[in-house]
Amino acid sequence: MDAIILQILNGLDKGSAYALIALGLTLIFGTLGVVNFAHGALFMLGAFVAVTLNKILTLSFTTVDETRTDFLGNPAKIETPYVEAWFGPEVGGWMIEWSVPLAILVAIPVMALIGLVMERGLIKHFYKRPHADQILVTFGLAIVLQEIVKFYYGANPIPTPAPEAFKGSFDFGALLGFDPMTIIYPYWRLVYFLFAMVVIGAVFAFLQFTTFGMVVRAGMADRETVGLLGINIDRRFTIMFAIAAIVAGLAGVMYTPILSPNYHMGMDFLVLSFVVVVVGGMGSLPGAVLSGFLLGILQSFASMSQVTSVLPGINQIIIYLVAIIVLLTRPRGLMGRKGVMEE
Amino acid sequence: MFGLDRKDLTLFLVVVALALFAPFLLNPFPSDSGLAQFNAGYPDLMQRFVIFGIFAIGFNILFGLTGYLSFGHAAFLGVGSYAGVWMMKLLTMNVIPAIIISVIFAGLLSALIGWISLRRSGIYFSILTLAFAQMCYALAYSVLTPITGGETGLQLNLDDPRIIGASQTAEGNIPVPHLFGLEMNQTWQLGMGGWEFTFSAGYYLAAVVMLVSFYLAIRLFRSPFGMMLRAVKSNQQRMNYTGLNSRPYTLAAFVISGMYAGLAGGLMVAMDPLAGAERMIWTASGEVVLMTILGGAGTLIGPVLGAGLIKYLENILSKINKGVLEQWFAVMPDGIDTFLVTIVYPFIGKGWHLTLGIIFMLVVIFLPGGLVEGAQRIGKLFRRTRKPAATDDPEHHPKPQPHVGE
Amino acid sequence: MGILEVKDVNKNFGGLKALSDVNLSVRENSVHAIIGPNGAGKSTLLNCLVGKLIPDTGSVMFDGQSVLGRKPHEINQMGISRVFQTPEIFGDLTVFENVMIPCFASRDGAFRMHAYEHTRHETDIVSMAEQMLADVKMLEKRDIHAASLSRGDKRRLEMAMCLVQRPRLLLLDEPTAGMSRADTNNTIELLREIRDKRDITMAIIEHDMHVVFSLAERITVLAQGTPLVEDTPENIKGHPKVQEAYLGEAA
Repeated sequence: MDAIILQILNGLDKGSAYALIALGLTLIFGTLGVVNFAHGALFMLGAFVAVTLNKILTLSFTTVDETRTDFLGNPAKIETPYVEAWFGPEVGGWMIEWSVPLAILVAIPVMALIGLVMERGLIKHFYKRPHADQILVTFGLAIVLQEIVKFYYGANPIPTPAPEAFKGSFDFGALLGFDPMTIIYPYWRLVYFLFAMVVIGAVFAFLQFTTFGMVVRAGMADRETVGLLGINIDRRFTIMFAIAAIVAGLAGVMYTPILSPNYHMGMDFLVLSFVVVVVGGMGSLPGAVLSGFLLGILQSFASMSQVTSVLPGINQIIIYLVAIIVLLTRPRGLMGRKGVMEE
Repeated sequence: MFGLDRKDLTLFLVVVALALFAPFLLNPFPSDSGLAQFNAGYPDLMQRFVIFGIFAIGFNILFGLTGYLSFGHAAFLGVGSYAGVWMMKLLTMNVIPAIIISVIFAGLLSALIGWISLRRSGIYFSILTLAFAQMCYALAYSVLTPITGGETGLQLNLDDPRIIGASQTAEGNIPVPHLFGLEMNQTWQLGMGGWEFTFSAGYYLAAVVMLVSFYLAIRLFRSPFGMMLRAVKSNQQRMNYTGLNSRPYTLAAFVISGMYAGLAGGLMVAMDPLAGAERMIWTASGEVVLMTILGGAGTLIGPVLGAGLIKYLENILSKINKGVLEQWFAVMPDGIDTFLVTIVYPFIGKGWHLTLGIIFMLVVIFLPGGLVEGAQRIGKLFRRTRKPAATDDPEHHPKPQPHVGE
Repeated sequence: MGILEVKDVNKNFGGLKALSDVNLSVRENSVHAIIGPNGAGKSTLLNCLVGKLIPDTGSVMFDGQSVLGRKPHEINQMGISRVFQTPEIFGDLTVFENVMIPCFASRDGAFRMHAYEHTRHETDIVSMAEQMLADVKMLEKRDIHAASLSRGDKRRLEMAMCLVQRPRLLLLDEPTAGMSRADTNNTIELLREIRDKRDITMAIIEHDMHVVFSLAERITVLAQGTPLVEDTPENIKGHPKVQEAYLGEAA
C-alpha cells in the first residue's frame, strides 16, 4: 500500500508538467486548430525565464575587504549582489533565494508577449494551411528557439535551486499513519503539484465562469456558428494562445528546481505531451489534464524495480505503448468527443 | 532509353554526371587558397551527400506522393545500421550481405510499424510514427543493450566470429569493410596544378547505389503505382468510391520508403562500421523531413538537392569559427568588423542549427514547394520578362513604370 | 424484383429518427428519383446504400446480394458508382489521370502494384480512358489539372470517372446543386445521353423538380425519414400528399 502511494506521488510532478503542457496544446488545437510543435519550446523558455531572473538577481560587484584575507593571504574579494546592496542584505538575500517563485511574476508578461508575437507573427498565417505545414513550421520555430537559448546559455544544464524553505524532503507516510520513513517526498514536488492544480483550476474557472471563456468554449465546439453570430472569435483565440503560452511557461518556471534547465528539455517534453493529448482526446481539456496525470503515474509505476525486473525497459516505453493502444482502439482518446478528429 | 521519358532521362543523366564527377565538381578551389574551406570534395562528406540522398529519396516516396508525414523514419535507418554491423560481426566484412540484411530488417520493421500506424491519417499518423520511433530509440538505448551496444553503440571487435573471412587481420587489427576485396576506405589522389582531387572506393559504391535508387524512384513516380499514391494524397474518398482500397497502397509506399532508409543505414555501416542509438532519435527523423521539404517534396530531384544542401551547410558552416570570421571582415573599418562578427557569429560553428531552422521556416512559409519550386519561379520570371519583347503588341504593351526610389 | 431492393431500413442518430421503415425498389435500366424536403433523410439513405453508414435494421440488396457491412470500395466493385453533391475528383491529378484511375480499378481490383512499368505503356487503359474523355467531349482538356476545371467540367469529369467503370447502378447526389441554369441543362442533356446509350440504372437524389421531371421514370417521395408515395412523374405532380409535404416545409 505504501509503495503504491509512493509511486503515485512520484508520478505527480511529471504528470503535472505533462498536464500543464498538454492543456496548452489542447487549448491551441481546440481553438486555433493548429498543431503546435513549438509548445515544448515555450515550456523551455519559461524555465529559462527563471534562470535569467536568477542570473540578474545574483549579478554582483566585487569589493576588496582589507581586514580579511583569503587562503592565499591576499586581501579577500567579496562578491556582493547588487540587489543586496540596494535593498539591504535582508530583502536582497530573500529575493535571490526566492528567485524561482518570483520568476512567476516575470514569466506571466514575458510569456504572454512571446505568445502574442508568435501567434500574430507566424501561426496566424497557417490557419488555412494543411496540418502537415503547421507541424513543419512550428517544428522549425522550435529548433530556432532552442538554438537561440543554446547560444546564450550554453549546452549544459543550469542548476536553479528552490528556496531553502522547500529544500529537502518530509515523511509523507507518517502523516498518513504509515510506518515512518516509508514514504519520503521532496517538498518542492508537492509544491509543484499544488501549483499545477491552481493553474489548471484557474484556466478552467476562466473558461467556465467568464463571458470570454464561454465564447471561447463555444468557438471550440463550433467555430463557424460562433463566427456567424458576429463575435470576433479570432481576437479571443489570439488571447487564448497567449494564455496557453503562459501556462506552458509557468510549468517551466516551477520545474527548474526539479530538473536543471537545458536547451533541449522542451523537445523532450513535447513528444510526451503530444502523446498525452492524443490519449486524453484531441480537443478535450479535461482529457488532457487527466491523461497527463495518468501517464505520469503510470510511468512512475513502470519504473518500480518489481516491474522492471519482469519487463525490463518497460518504463522507457510504457507511455508510447499506451498511446499506440489508445489510438488504435479508441482513436478519439479517453475523453474526446465523438466524431471530432477520429480519422 | 532505360524506359524513361526524354525529360526524366535528361534529369537522370545529369544526376549521373554530377555523382560521377563529384570529386571534381565539389573541389572548385585550389587546396592552398583561402576558399578551400568551401570545398566539399572529400570522401567522408561526399558519402554523406549520397547516403542522405537515398534516405530522402525514400522518404519522398511516402511523404511526397501520399502526403503521409512520418516523423519516425530514422528508426528504419537505425535498424538497418544495427543489422548491417551484426552481419559484419557474424558473417563477413563484405558490404553486400550487410547492405542486403539492412534493407530486409528495415523493411520488416516498417511493415510492422506501417501496418499499425496507417490505420490513422493526418496528425495521428505523424504522432503514431513518432511514438514508435521514440520507442525503438528508448529500447535501443536501454533494454536492448546486448544487441545494440546501448549508449556506446555497436562496434566491431577483434573476437567477432566472422565466419567467412577473419576475426582479425594478420597485423591484429579489425578488418576493413570491403567489396570483394576492394576496401571501402581506399582512396586515390590526383594532383592537377593547385588542385587536389580524391577518389574514394566507398564514395563510388555509395554513388552507384544512389543512382540505382534514384532510377527506381523515377520509375516508381511514372508508374501506375505512383499515380495511385498521388491519388491517395489528392482524394481518398473518391479513391474508395472508385473501388480502390488505399491502405495497401500507403503500406506499400511506407515499406518501400522504410527499405530506402534501411539501405541508407546499411551504406553508412559499409563506410564506417558502427551504429548508435542517436541515429534513431526523433530529431534525426526531423532532419530527413527538412531535407525533403527544403528540396521540394513530391519532386524527383528535390530530396537529393535538399540532402546535399543540408549536409553541405552542416559541414561548412560548422567549420567556420570566430577566427575565420574576423579574418573575413578584417578589410572592413574598425567597429563595423566587430559588429559584423557579432551579428554573424550565432549562425556559424555550433550555431549552424539555428541557420538551418531559419532556412527551413522561410522555405515552409514562402516556398512550400522547396528549392525546385524556387527554381521554377525564377525560370518563369525570366520567360515572362522575355515574352513582351517578342510579341510586338502596342495595344497591350504596358508602359515601363519608373521604379520607386530610382 | 428490382436491381436495388431496400427493405424496412431504420437509422437513428442518437434519439433522432433519420430513416424509419424505408422500402424502395429500383428497377433495372430505369431512372429512379428520390425527392423530398430538407432533412427528409435522402442523404442518409444514399449513405446507407454505399457503405458509408450502416442501417440499424433492415436490408439493402443489390442484384440479390447484401451490401451491408461491406466497405465502400467493395460496394463499388459490385457495380455501384456514386456521384457526389460537390464533385469528388483527384484535384492534383490531370484530367486524363483522373479517368485512368477508375480504369485501373476495374481491371485490377482493389490493389495491384505496378511500380516499374510506365503508365503510358498500359495501352488498353490509355485507349479506354481516351474513349471515355472523347465521349464526354473533354479530350482537349486531358492534361489540365482537375482542380482548375470549371464546376460544370468537374461534374462532367466525375461522371466520366464513374461511367468508365461501366457500373450497373449509378447513384447521383443532387448532381445539379449550385449550378447555373445553363450548366443544369447541360447536365440533364448528359444524363439523358447516358440513359439512352447505355444499359444503366440511375438513382437520383434531387431538389430541383425541373431535373427530376425531365429524367425520372419513377419517383419516390421521402418525408421525415419515411417514403410517402412511389409513382410515375405524372401521378406525383398532382399528388395531394406530396404537395402537403412540400407546403409544410414552406410554411
